[in-house]
Amino acid sequence: MTATATSARSDLSELGRSETALRTFLHGLPGVDQVGAEQRAAQLGTRSIKTTAKAQAIDLAIRMVDLTTLEGADTPGKVRALAAKALRPDPADPSCPHVGAVCVYPAMVPYVAEVLRGSGAGSGRPSGGPRQPDGVAPAGLGVVHLASVATAFPSGQAPLEIKLADTRAAVAAGADEIDMVINRGAFLAGRYSEVYDEIVATKEACGDAHLKVILETGELATYDNVRRASWLAMLAGGDFIKTSTGKVPVAATLPVTLVMLEAVRDFRAATGRQVGVKPAGGIKTTKDAIKYLVMVNETVGPDWLDPDWFRFGASSLLNDLLMQRTKLTTGVYAGPDYFTLD
Amino acid sequence: MFEYAPAPESRSVVDIKPSYGLFIDGKFVDPTDGGSFKSINPASEEVLAEIAEGGSQDVDRAVRAARKAYEKVWGRMPGRDRAMYLFRIARLIQERSRELAVLESLDNGKPIKESRDVDLPLVAAHFFYYAGWADKLPYAGFGPDPKPLGVAAQVIPWNFPLLMLAWKIAPALAAGNTVVLKPAETTPLTALLFAEICQQADLPAGVVNIVTGAGETGRAVVEHAGVDKVAFTGSTDVGRAIARAVAGSRKKLTLELGGKAANIVFDDAPVDQAVEGIVNGIFFNQGHVCCAGSRLLVQESVADQVLESLKRRMAQLRVGDPLDKNTDIGAINSAAQLARIRELTAAGAAEGAQQWSPPCELPERGFWFAPTIFTGVTQAHRIAREEIFGPVLSVLTFRTPAEAVEKANNTPYGLSAGIWTEKGSRILWMADRLRAGVVWANTFNKFDPTSPFGGYKESGYGREGGRHGLEAYLNV
Repeated sequence: MTATATSARSDLSELGRSETALRTFLHGLPGVDQVGAEQRAAQLGTRSIKTTAKAQAIDLAIRMVDLTTLEGADTPGKVRALAAKALRPDPADPSCPHVGAVCVYPAMVPYVAEVLRGSGAGSGRPSGGPRQPDGVAPAGLGVVHLASVATAFPSGQAPLEIKLADTRAAVAAGADEIDMVINRGAFLAGRYSEVYDEIVATKEACGDAHLKVILETGELATYDNVRRASWLAMLAGGDFIKTSTGKVPVAATLPVTLVMLEAVRDFRAATGRQVGVKPAGGIKTTKDAIKYLVMVNETVGPDWLDPDWFRFGASSLLNDLLMQRTKLTTGVYAGPDYFTLD
Repeated sequence: MFEYAPAPESRSVVDIKPSYGLFIDGKFVDPTDGGSFKSINPASEEVLAEIAEGGSQDVDRAVRAARKAYEKVWGRMPGRDRAMYLFRIARLIQERSRELAVLESLDNGKPIKESRDVDLPLVAAHFFYYAGWADKLPYAGFGPDPKPLGVAAQVIPWNFPLLMLAWKIAPALAAGNTVVLKPAETTPLTALLFAEICQQADLPAGVVNIVTGAGETGRAVVEHAGVDKVAFTGSTDVGRAIARAVAGSRKKLTLELGGKAANIVFDDAPVDQAVEGIVNGIFFNQGHVCCAGSRLLVQESVADQVLESLKRRMAQLRVGDPLDKNTDIGAINSAAQLARIRELTAAGAAEGAQQWSPPCELPERGFWFAPTIFTGVTQAHRIAREEIFGPVLSVLTFRTPAEAVEKANNTPYGLSAGIWTEKGSRILWMADRLRAGVVWANTFNKFDPTSPFGGYKESGYGREGGRHGLEAYLNV
């Protein structure tokens, strides 16, 4: 990757100790040309994925879905139904894989845990069991992970103690993945150490749970900022970097995801540690999902084509994937009433 | 692994006739004194059609038809009426773009994603753009009432068959000239389909004449005493011969010839996008691009990293069936061109440069060449000086901006150049000093009908595209 990254290899873990070192490093990353990045993303979007490749992509995409509900109106009944769907997305077809995770607010975690724990192991994961990332214990959960947003999601505008308490509560209730938000205010004000320290503290509060760091790229606005925030989150120990909360007008886009994929690729080259990527928000169709998978395939390669390293934060996407899956297996489109609304 | 299943574009959208005549005076006619030749699909060596070869009498017929159409109809037609025909042609091209794109890929070997997403949209855009000028010529900056020249003889190459046709015909017709166009012998089919579009558009007979054939036919077109203007795109050698043939005559001449462009990457470049630009610069259209970025000049301090990224990116290039929608690099246009590429790459290896290609399987039939880079190239190597016109990149390094300019300009050509840096002031400083007709900054191979295109030095003279492109077809 860059001269900066290569020469700094041995010092990367020390960067967070000094505001100056962190700033020098982040501002030394190569720039992103907006026109070029968007053009590359658009080109990858023109790949034509048909027949067997499409079937393979759809099943992979289903396994990568973080089935999400993050509403003030969420109730135990609503999230239980969602958890049931996560386990068996297509009741009519037992060969259909389950999704990657269910993603809810901390208060809803216990209800989801009830459903997922009951599922136990071996509930039909098609390709061997899940490969657990380092340091993540399934903690008695079944094969579908349980993700909780935390750290005063979505704005992150709360005192650090409250954010950490939020995180601990979610983990205690049974979440094995935490989706935190970064402090965008501090990032945009150039207080990188503050953002870094919050991520480190949250990672510590997570214990064994997996930490996804939401950059809220729609608020960072430039691709240069996205690249810097990606590196900042990875340096601070994030296991995943995630685009968006889904609560601001601009959510995941292909170019933003491209820049983040380039960052995880270069970060692994520099440090040896692999970090996952999760675009979230606005991905609604199979066609969109396949564009992302093509981008993963041609930017970072097959190492990331796995639910442990790439996820979709989505809700309505799943039914479109199921519809297209049914179309491929039966040759005809089934009406929307043949797919569950949860 | 995520393997993409074959996704071939259907060739049933295009109806290729077994044989084609010459398009003269609004009709397809048999040649009177010429023979015929075959046009093949370079990806399979399959014969696509039998094409008439125009002899000197056929050329004479075509020039007479063009003269008659110029004097009786087109030259005196109000600009707004010419515009109407050009707009009609542009719309027909859009309507039939899938058919044209498939035919272009079959005849030329270029990947369908390029003929579909680059060539055809630009072809239509050129006709739309110059249609807009047809009734506004008094405002183009060439005087209050600029006049056309008369009959234009146009000879075009095989790398962008239909796009080069558009670059030639659209401004000529907009300005009120009539044309006799000779397409390249390996890629005549889309020009012949364009002739059908002219019929469909009810373009008056003789305004566009298409005479197919090889070098001799081209010579007859260029040397015919009845033409007022010669426009040629192709190799510098042929360009020189044309300049000699036209010298001393009243014929106005524009030439768009070869290139050996420098694509210059500085240490502060946006690396990922620069790598895309390098790939696009040399592997777009199999490197059959006169303005291709065939010399990569990379600042020595980042050369290793840029090359590592470039090699990783090249490993993703998909070489194969031009009609597959996922193909990035198609077939080399002809056996002759493949031999030329092989000769120059062999010279590169013999002169001591290091050759590298990603692992890639090439089809057995047809003409293929894997994407290739040469590192350790110096200015003294043939592959740094001669135009290869294939998917072969020569990599050189530099230390300072002044050295980059010096090396970039140290070529007899001067068609294009690319600059990759995040520093705006350096882009302007470089662009002032690069002796190239087009300088791209943080991008490469971007074309637009509003933007003039043309060369310095042995890359030719005259400009095509934009307001400047009208000058070549007006009596100014």
